[in-house]
Amino acid sequence: MTNLRKVNVDGKEIEVPGHYTLMQACEEAGAEIPRFCYHERLSVAGNCRMCLVEWVGAPKPMASCAMSINDLRPNRDGTPANIRTDSAVVKRAREGVMEFLLINHPLDCPICDQGGECDLQDQAVAYGRSRTRYDEGKRAVEEKNMGPLVKTNMTRCIQCTRCVRFISEVAGVEELGLVNRGESAEITTYLQANLTSELSGNVIDLCPVGALTSRPYAFNARPWELRKTESVDVMDAVGSNIRIDARGAEVMRILPRNNDDVNEEWISDKTRFVWDGLKRQRLDKPFVRENGKLREASWAEALELVAQKLKGDPQRIAAIAGDLCDMESMKALKDLMGSLGVSSLDCRQDGAAIGGQGDGQGREGYLFNSGIAGIDEADAILLIGTNPRMEAPIINARIRGAWLHDDAKIAVIGEATDLTYPYEHLGDDPAALVALAKKRGGFAKILRDAKRPMLIVGMGALARPDGAQVLREVGELAAKLNIVREDWNGFNVLHNAASRVGGLDIGFIPHNGGRDLAGIVDGAAKGEVDTVYLLGADEIDMKALGEAFVIYQGSHGDAGAHRADVVLPGAAYTEKNALYTNTEGRMQDGFRAVFPKGDAREDWAIIRALSDQIGRTLPYDNLEGLRGTLQRPDAVAFDPARLGKAGKVSDAPFVSPITDYYLTNPIARASAIMAECAMGAVGMREAAE
Amino acid sequence: MLEDKDRIFTNLYGLQDPGLEAAKKRGAWNGTAAFMALGDDWIVTQIKESGLRGRGGAGFPTGLKWSFMPKEIGERPHYLVVNADESEPGTCKDRDLMRHDPHLLIEGCLIASFAMRANACYIYLRGEYIDERIALQKAIDEAYAAKLIGKNACGSGYDFDLYLHHGAGAYICGEETALLESLEGKKGQPRLKPPFPANAGLYGCPTTVNNVESIAVTPTILRRGSGWFSSFGRPGNAGTKVFCISGHVNTPCNVEEEMSIPLKTLIERHAGGVVGGWDNLKAIIPGGSSVPCLPRDICDDVLMDFDALKEHKSGLGTAAVIVMDQSTDMVRAITRLAYFYKHESCGQCTPCREGTGWMWRVLTRMCEGKADMAEIDMLLDVSQEIEGHTICALGDAAAWPVQGLIRHFRHEIEDKINTYRADKSVHAMAAE
Repeated sequence: MTNLRKVNVDGKEIEVPGHYTLMQACEEAGAEIPRFCYHERLSVAGNCRMCLVEWVGAPKPMASCAMSINDLRPNRDGTPANIRTDSAVVKRAREGVMEFLLINHPLDCPICDQGGECDLQDQAVAYGRSRTRYDEGKRAVEEKNMGPLVKTNMTRCIQCTRCVRFISEVAGVEELGLVNRGESAEITTYLQANLTSELSGNVIDLCPVGALTSRPYAFNARPWELRKTESVDVMDAVGSNIRIDARGAEVMRILPRNNDDVNEEWISDKTRFVWDGLKRQRLDKPFVRENGKLREASWAEALELVAQKLKGDPQRIAAIAGDLCDMESMKALKDLMGSLGVSSLDCRQDGAAIGGQGDGQGREGYLFNSGIAGIDEADAILLIGTNPRMEAPIINARIRGAWLHDDAKIAVIGEATDLTYPYEHLGDDPAALVALAKKRGGFAKILRDAKRPMLIVGMGALARPDGAQVLREVGELAAKLNIVREDWNGFNVLHNAASRVGGLDIGFIPHNGGRDLAGIVDGAAKGEVDTVYLLGADEIDMKALGEAFVIYQGSHGDAGAHRADVVLPGAAYTEKNALYTNTEGRMQDGFRAVFPKGDAREDWAIIRALSDQIGRTLPYDNLEGLRGTLQRPDAVAFDPARLGKAGKVSDAPFVSPITDYYLTNPIARASAIMAECAMGAVGMREAAE
Repeated sequence: MLEDKDRIFTNLYGLQDPGLEAAKKRGAWNGTAAFMALGDDWIVTQIKESGLRGRGGAGFPTGLKWSFMPKEIGERPHYLVVNADESEPGTCKDRDLMRHDPHLLIEGCLIASFAMRANACYIYLRGEYIDERIALQKAIDEAYAAKLIGKNACGSGYDFDLYLHHGAGAYICGEETALLESLEGKKGQPRLKPPFPANAGLYGCPTTVNNVESIAVTPTILRRGSGWFSSFGRPGNAGTKVFCISGHVNTPCNVEEEMSIPLKTLIERHAGGVVGGWDNLKAIIPGGSSVPCLPRDICDDVLMDFDALKEHKSGLGTAAVIVMDQSTDMVRAITRLAYFYKHESCGQCTPCREGTGWMWRVLTRMCEGKADMAEIDMLLDVSQEIEGHTICALGDAAAWPVQGLIRHFRHEIEDKINTYRADKSVHAMAAE
């Protein structure tokens, strides 16, 4: 910071960078500035007028959120400009603005869901007068329809336009606006249509009053009744930082936590609203199949049965880990299978050809190497076989930000869908990749010349029979365009499953000639595999498992449990202390907000108990012991050109693996809110067609 | 008194042809290229020396404003935007200039744009001005055809394009930054300042926004010299000015007069005096609806210029003189203005959005006397809470008429309240 400027705030002289706003400078000096419309991640509107401060000598108080220190002139005698946040002028301005905000506000705090966490409430106490002087009728505003997630009560709205700015700037769908003028100004969707953004729930957090609240959470709880647990999300591979609010044994809502390197302070709608899925379709007791029907059983009985099956021929046993698994349970299962001599393990239930071809490329071969925050720096981005808007809305918003703020160039090889930013569509099949590698000009040149180029390859390109060959093509392209440099690794894999990178890190993949996913399913169908252990794996084709004995360990009664011969009830992600590694390889701690349902247990403990039953007791008695055995693959020199396998690629177009954003995992499929959203989204699609 | 030979707008009343040939005979377009040959600095210096202050209401020195534009054209082009969104109640000067003397404006646009190195100028015209649009567009077409503007304007070697843009009828779009937003095709809401338009205006480029009259007088100032212009009016309030006189006068009119003319003289000489004589006068709003009204005793000897009116806590504004005689119900009159500002508030920032409606509602009750004495002070307080706390000046414009009312005609509000109370107690007694 070369351009440091001196400024005097309330008699305290400080030195701050010139591009700081008065608000930042005042906060630097320790003065608190009330605000409604200002939000540090949105553009400056300056319309609430709550943040007025006095610049001594200026005729009017200044909106401190919009005025920059550079625009201040020093006093005539050369001393730094004097800013006052505690003067009579400022006090009167704040009281006035607060009074104006409240005259048409319904003051229905007792029946308002924002009560207890309302900026207007808090600031009215701190900066307002104690009585109203307003004796006229109050304004009432009609409710608006914003879909199943956002409940409106527009009479409470103070027209700060945070929601409008979020929806148009970050979410990138121009679906909210301020219509009419003066007193009649209203925030509306205008067409009364659902918000189509996967990030729409964030307007609830942004709204400083109770105008936009959570519809599913409406009238459920008061904030002071809730027990807050900081944790990590598993709906996608982003690993958004969340706060789980619970009351008693129930998760009441999920909110974002700030993490500039991951999700900033946004979370996707699936992350936010999936909580009702935690109450439905739960596996709360062990079950065993008898005469074709599942019946309740005791833990002892279920474990005994499983132990028996696992004592069989290790060549005829296999294990598959699902998308929501934590690292500890996968590690425990891997260790157990290892001690039994089972080598057919796979954590890639979509069959993605990543991280296990023996290409010796280590972690960098399957990570989002640039980092999510790295997107902010990127100036050219190529998306291959991925639809980030569906697969990782948070990452998509970052890409949009790179385009919006830094003019990043973006191109897509894959499905041409609305990603909320413009891009060059280079084709939809592997041939386009090959063509791009041969090109000198066009987007190839843009990538080669870029300071911070990024390739983002998704599961749409890798989870297909020729995935390994596609990966080789992508790797060769990366090498050719010099995407991987000394100070910058622009090779990125965008995973969809929260468990995937963790699974690859601990090596939950076939070894010693074991079968991979396709081999396991094939073997089960042919009768070569007798026993399949599904650790929360619900996305594979259960019918293809043939006559195999299926053990399902998980939290929800979804596809896996329906097929299973034994069900071991596990814990959902809100119910266990566990580690997750996101797509960029960031290991994060999830914490238990509530206890597992009924007789369900934490997953690693179930496997530990099972190992006891089999007589091959795992060498750890607690989570710390287990975590001590976690190891990452050794670092190796990364050569993208050697990723995957050489060979012919098919000409089938890349298709995103996500057909319905709201229904991608067992928890989401159990959620009524997600079902409603999915129906709404289908309706929107049909209406559009 | 301004003599005919010193009038700039010689066809203010439309008695002659507004067309190009007739305008040229009246002096327009005379020597334009020669002035441009003297350079942009020379023009700005002339305007600075003439003492011309902006005619749109705020009275900011025009030459100084022009000098804020970057000296060199950088990456971004420069723009001149002419504010013809004349919507202030009482003000009707620009429409006559545009209807009857459009060539002075067009010539002024060329000269001002040249002085600020702007190759394009936009005139933002009020939505309701249909005839003016037709007249002005006709004159622009004439000027293009005569090669006075366009490529190589007036043979000066300077390329200049002039566009006429029609607004959609919102008062707020007369605020310079809201005007720029509207011109860009967005919702007309004022921007935060800084950055000022001279740094980031239309499409983020350096822009100057000037009133029609400010621009239209510049060619004549150059032709007759800055000394001639500054010879009118008191120091700091130089020049001639078009006054719009309306209300309770015998002959309402637009008239060009010198600045600092006594208000009484102006009305008696040009508007045929107040209806029923000067003694029948109750109040005058001297500068368009947004400035505080003045009672008769001040009107007796106040001068019509920026500084004199400011001393009396009012303002010259657009010099739209609204005369109200003894038959006027001041409370109702100001209530109507309060309704106007409530109706025209853009709704962007809090004090104006909420406060204008509040003031209007209280005033509406006061019209009938249905109010408490304490509410008069409360109303004044509310108006002061709006004033100076908003993004643009509309908040001030809404607050000032109310402040003027309370400052000078508080007794009328009190009378209404007392009368209402007396009536009520009479009724109450009758009921007993």
